[in-house]
Amino acid sequence: MSRRLLRDYGSLLGLLIIGAVLGLLSDRFLTTSNLINVARQVSINAIVAAGMTIVIITGGIDLSVGSTIALAGCAALLVARLLGDVVGMTVGILAAAGVGLLNGALVAWGRVPPFITTLATMTVVRGAALVLTNGEPIVKTEGPYLWLGQASVGPIPVPILLMIATLFGAHWFLSRTRWGTYVYAVGGNAEAARLSGISLAGIQILVYVLGGALAGLAGLVLAARLSSAQPNTGVGFELDAIAAVVLGGTSLMGGEGTIWGTTVGAFIIGILNNGFNLMNVSPFYQLIAKGAVIVLAVLVDQLLKAGAASGVARGGPAVAPAERAEERSLPG
Amino acid sequence: MESLLNVRDLVKRYGGVHALAGVDLDVRSGEVHAIVGENGAGKSTFLKILSGAVRPDAGELRFAGAPLPLGSPRASEACGIVAIYQEFTLIPALTATQNIFLGHEHSIPGRGAARRGAMRTRAARLLADLLGTAAGSGGVDPERPVRDLSVPERQMVEIARALSRESRLILMDEPTATLTAQETARLHDTVRRLRARGVSVIYISHRLEEVLNVADRVTILRDGRRVETVASGEATLDRLIRGMVGRSITEHYPKEAGRAGETLLEIHPADGLAVRVCAGEVVGLAGLVGSGRTELVRAAFGADRRPGLTFAWCGRPMRPVAPREVIRLGIGMVPEDRQRQGLVPGLGVDVNIALPNLDRLLAGWLPARGGPRRLAEPLIRDLRIRVTDPSQPVRNLSGGNQQKVVLAKWLARRSRLLILDEPTRGIDVGAKQEMYRLMNELIRDGKGVLLISSDLPEVIAMSDRLYVMRRHRVVAELDARNASPEAVMVHATGLRG
Repeated sequence: MSRRLLRDYGSLLGLLIIGAVLGLLSDRFLTTSNLINVARQVSINAIVAAGMTIVIITGGIDLSVGSTIALAGCAALLVARLLGDVVGMTVGILAAAGVGLLNGALVAWGRVPPFITTLATMTVVRGAALVLTNGEPIVKTEGPYLWLGQASVGPIPVPILLMIATLFGAHWFLSRTRWGTYVYAVGGNAEAARLSGISLAGIQILVYVLGGALAGLAGLVLAARLSSAQPNTGVGFELDAIAAVVLGGTSLMGGEGTIWGTTVGAFIIGILNNGFNLMNVSPFYQLIAKGAVIVLAVLVDQLLKAGAASGVARGGPAVAPAERAEERSLPG
Repeated sequence: MESLLNVRDLVKRYGGVHALAGVDLDVRSGEVHAIVGENGAGKSTFLKILSGAVRPDAGELRFAGAPLPLGSPRASEACGIVAIYQEFTLIPALTATQNIFLGHEHSIPGRGAARRGAMRTRAARLLADLLGTAAGSGGVDPERPVRDLSVPERQMVEIARALSRESRLILMDEPTATLTAQETARLHDTVRRLRARGVSVIYISHRLEEVLNVADRVTILRDGRRVETVASGEATLDRLIRGMVGRSITEHYPKEAGRAGETLLEIHPADGLAVRVCAGEVVGLAGLVGSGRTELVRAAFGADRRPGLTFAWCGRPMRPVAPREVIRLGIGMVPEDRQRQGLVPGLGVDVNIALPNLDRLLAGWLPARGGPRRLAEPLIRDLRIRVTDPSQPVRNLSGGNQQKVVLAKWLARRSRLLILDEPTRGIDVGAKQEMYRLMNELIRDGKGVLLISSDLPEVIAMSDRLYVMRRHRVVAELDARNASPEAVMVHATGLRG
């Protein structure tokens, strides 16, 4: 039982331990202003990772989100200069959703593996952002759009509010709508889902569009924070998002995973960054440490799972592998 | 002739079911020994034990006078036992030569180009021997990648690989399933050449004429027991069929007679008979494994597209392009492989049952809270699905209970026609009885059932009408009340008994 608790709340425990250690090592870490700072830094990755979680639960992956962030920001600001901020932001989100639509269509109808599809669109979209801007940053220091990145509601910065809204929305989608159930079903067993009347193509397109649109939102927030859009921004963001999803216990094989876990995963990455900066650790060492933490977390998760499985082999309760259940005869 | 393999009292159980219930068998050196039996008689389990893929529960195996190590494919291969499976185990990108010597290249003397040359020469000679041709003249080119070879050529490469390791017993499971008559004749020549070299062959086939043609002796298995072993000179088709199906029917089939109402589904193939299923009846689809029964019903359900078939639903033409559309019409399918096709193992029993029903469980445009659970609870009770909680993941359920969950999906949907593909495969006697009871209830409710089963007595007893398929054609329609297993077998194999 305690093993199960450890598995379900292990990543949260990890977050708390890392937080406690950083609190001991730096007296600036556990201050309200620093924690709000951490949350604001986490917000962009968390918004992207929420979409990534949904994609990964279907058994897919989206490597194009970093480029989509850049495209959305650039498209939004270019249009905003001409037609105003509201139209600009709408176009930015639509462009990002369009990238998702392209990904989804290639995966669902073209049967191109998600890894390859989004590896290709990652490059294409980056190129599109560079073409659109001629490789130059687009600066826009005025306009209501800045609210997205720079305003606060009470003490809480808007990016944090957007992150909270996104996480709750994604959680609600997965747990309360029937498409959320279909997402788990497609990732858990695509053939069984199809034979239950679920449209595989529909679900796949839906999740990539959602993933793209959320990357677009992240792109707008980023642009608003920097008062400019850079065609070269967002490089490597897909890896941070995937790391958050994996740290949160979502299986890359699909079929399982939670937004809750991803939230914790994003915060683990966030406080590591923040803590290292507070302690003046060289960015070079930061990279090594971040990678080590990710591997360590997944390793511990695997060990716990292996432990649970062998518990059954020894005649333990409830959780039996499928083959074993198959062989067991039905009494009565 | 001395004997090479002695098997005594071999037992293998899966759950409560005996796949092998005490089998004795001897294979002599240089003998082609065929094993025949119905689907599920225990033939494949027997081969898997010999090849080390499966460990028996009890019994003694002696090979060339010494006890055979059990449950280890490596040990079996080291003893000289090699299985040639239906799915080939060759690596497509490597050449025939590379495949033949894969993993034991060091057994060829020399190094570098010299070794490669020696391997090529040996491979060419092995392949030529098998085909009875002079080395290098026609036959299989040892330098071609396996992916460019035809199915019979790949088979020759598999056999050559076995010979290169000095195998003394080759196991062949349905080796001619995908071969033409000519290719079959050539394979049989090869089998005879193996015998001439002193190699023994265990040959499993559904095609009884072939068996009599190529085997020295034939062992008949039925329900995991040996019926008899006869020299093929003394065996007749009639004797083999009677041995295979003539079981004392120990199982009880509580069949209630159906009353056929309006026609629900019609399947019209380009050639062969049409299949018709009416409300209130169970229609059986019998045939050997691989005769095309599953392909036919999957096409009707929209799971696969198959040219040359036309369908009608309630008298109107139907084009099954996707399961989604077909489900809306009122058809449900319990697929052949419930683990891989029927269930999402990590999701709860309630969610699995609700999966095809979520579009109906709405409050406004959102799913009703607790809808899946409310939908599943009465079904869990009625079908007596054993769960600790309705949201328990289905992967933790026994086979019989899992099968009931798959059925419950369609009962919840109130489907008017149920396609049941091997609904009792791998479930125990008690769960089978419940499945039969449910089939009775379905037709009492005026639903139609299309039943595929490889268990011949079962499909005859539980059906009202029966179609028999052979080689992707529906070849006979029988009244199930007075059909005999022998008669069905004659249609299924295409032989006169």
